[in-house]
Amino acid sequence: MKIAFPTAGDNLNSVIEGVFGRAKSFLIFDTETKEIKIIDNTANLSAAHGVGIKSAETVSKAGIDVMVCMNCGPKAQDVLESADVKIIVTDESTISKAIEKHNLNKV
Amino acid sequence: MLIAIASGKGGTGKTTVACNLARIAKTPVTLLDCDVEEPNDAFFIGGDLIDQTDVSIETPSVNDQLCTKCGVCSDFCKYNAIITLPKKVIVYDEMCHSCGGWIVCPHDAITTNPKKLGEISIFRNGETTLVQGQLKIGNVMSPQLISSVKKHISVNGLNIIDAPPGNTCPAIEAVDGVDYVVLVTEPTPFGLHDLKLSVALLERRALRFGVMINRSDIGDDGVEKFCDAKGIPILARIPNDMRIARAYSMGDTVVQSIPEYADLFRQLMSRIEGNA
Repeated sequence: MKIAFPTAGDNLNSVIEGVFGRAKSFLIFDTETKEIKIIDNTANLSAAHGVGIKSAETVSKAGIDVMVCMNCGPKAQDVLESADVKIIVTDESTISKAIEKHNLNKV
Repeated sequence: MLIAIASGKGGTGKTTVACNLARIAKTPVTLLDCDVEEPNDAFFIGGDLIDQTDVSIETPSVNDQLCTKCGVCSDFCKYNAIITLPKKVIVYDEMCHSCGGWIVCPHDAITTNPKKLGEISIFRNGETTLVQGQLKIGNVMSPQLISSVKKHISVNGLNIIDAPPGNTCPAIEAVDGVDYVVLVTEPTPFGLHDLKLSVALLERRALRFGVMINRSDIGDDGVEKFCDAKGIPILARIPNDMRIARAYSMGDTVVQSIPEYADLFRQLMSRIEGNA
């Protein structure tokens, strides 16, 4: 299962960014292979509006199954759901804490 | 002649100035209410409704059979209104600025649909024509409706644009191309802060302008000092007079009921004509 987290960091102890659409990058964790991939999102941040929509498009194209974030606007939600991505809203501060809290470490 | 009444900060008195100037003008006047999110000139001008039309913009519609999900349209769109996912394309028409960029589609898969933006209502009261733009609730694309309102600028007489507040796209659309801008401000730190932004904007757009200070006898001298230092003409000063507030709250202008304000607004009009 591929899980994405909005974050500026590059490992599982990184902090989850509060605003989904303004994340500098997305960390994708593959629960099967345990591999980590980083997708840069900075190109989308210069837009005046619609950053959530564009960020959702960018991360959906990486073929993820789940998105874990602290909040997600209605249009970004719409994009993710259209791409068959499950959204988990968390209040855990780091990626590893969120994986544990939501039982995500299973294939 | 075409003038705009504008301000950085909202609530400084644009509508008061625009409507009072319209009332004392000697020539036929066309007042264009470009504050399309919340137009209110109609309360002060009254008159009969003589025309009402819908204004629409074209937004894209994607034919799923022809679309190959190549993403060329999404790459082109600067407003993130078209999103290409592996299995479908989504259009968010509320984000669309109707730039026409859908023509980049290499497979001719995009057609357009009209989307209602708002309405233009035209009122006439004697020699005064009021052209009012009103954005449909839920829409945010003011500039396109403002430019439709401005198509009603008359070749005869005086045209007064009541601009929306602020210094972003709607305000720029409203003031571009005018002969003169009256910046209405108040003598407070907030007033001064937003006035500076407006001045910078008008200088960039190479528009001629002057400043009018409302509630001039209260607050501080920051605005006066700023205008003095930059050589910006102060066209008029209106004191903080409860009679103006009372008239405003009743939907009345003051030039017909208080002679000193009839004089003040006539002098303001002369100064505008002299400086434009």
